[in-house]
Amino acid sequence: MIAAFALLLAFQLAGEALRVALHLPVPGPVIGMGLLLVYLIARRGPSESLRTTSGTLLQNLSLMFIPAGTGVMLHGARLFDEAGPILVALVASTVLGLAATGLTLHFLTRKRKQEAPR
Amino acid sequence: MSPESMTEIWVYLSAQPLLWLTLTLAVYLLALALHRKAKGHPVVNPVLVSVSILVVLLLVTGTPYQRYFDGAQFVHFLLGPTTVALAVPLHAQLKRLLAMGGPLLIALVVGSLTAGLSAYAIGALLGASTPTVISLAPKSVTTPIAMGVAERLGGLASLTAVFVILTGIFGAIFADGILRRLGVKDDASIGFALGLASHGIGTARAFQLSEQTGAFAALAMGLNGLFTAITLPWLLPLLAPLLK
Repeated sequence: MIAAFALLLAFQLAGEALRVALHLPVPGPVIGMGLLLVYLIARRGPSESLRTTSGTLLQNLSLMFIPAGTGVMLHGARLFDEAGPILVALVASTVLGLAATGLTLHFLTRKRKQEAPR
Repeated sequence: MSPESMTEIWVYLSAQPLLWLTLTLAVYLLALALHRKAKGHPVVNPVLVSVSILVVLLLVTGTPYQRYFDGAQFVHFLLGPTTVALAVPLHAQLKRLLAMGGPLLIALVVGSLTAGLSAYAIGALLGASTPTVISLAPKSVTTPIAMGVAERLGGLASLTAVFVILTGIFGAIFADGILRRLGVKDDASIGFALGLASHGIGTARAFQLSEQTGAFAALAMGLNGLFTAITLPWLLPLLAPLLK
């Protein structure tokens, strides 16, 4: 488990290094994700411990948004003053984004295959 | 124990990172238990429930956010390696993802532009202030990218983080209901839409639905982050006339 965690950190570190070196607009962890994917393709799959460690982390992805989310308390005044436009813009644009993405993909792939089995 | 010594212990502990780290984990476990008790109902979203409890706790105890974050940053840090770990489910679904490459890229462009530009346009037309409008535009992408983009364009990074989290929670709660009502029922489309419109929190929700749904969400989150970081700085100036 520690070895798998060290591997994840090493890929994150490599991602950060690439970002700084090449002035990329994407955060280090996202580049690290791409690098790990390349590594997994070359290696033909993750080790058992990497699979378990990743699974545990990903099952608790929600946890990791809690510290940043609690920062909502810093913006109470602005959120209150502009509550109307903010709420409408967030809700409407998210619904539009979800619908546009989901419907586009649904119609483009529908002909090729039937609903995928769960 | 006398009230004085209770106060003394509180004053000591509330200044330590340990207290707020422990409370973050405890509140999360409580939120998970509630989520299970509600049979996984999306409204009992673990992020929403945990953040609500913690904000109340911090306000009641008069604890500044910065002191809370001194402890909670250890959890926040895990966001990095966990993002890297998304490569594992992506690899497991690689064949399916590659087979759908064309449709996925088209859905990415359509969805990303719709989500970002509509947020900006609606905020501007309803008269929100300029920093708020700019901070709204990248709200569908993962926090670090959104904050970087907003800051470069004249928004407020920490406000963007709040919009990103609110968008994520909203998408996690309502996305599968909305998409099903529109007739979109396959796990690939639901997952890709969730990850694109609601980044990591949507991806967390997608993993609750199934591993395939989660893999598509993870891919959409990464692609939309990349696409937004590159295109938004060029597109937003075109919409600037909408600002008041």
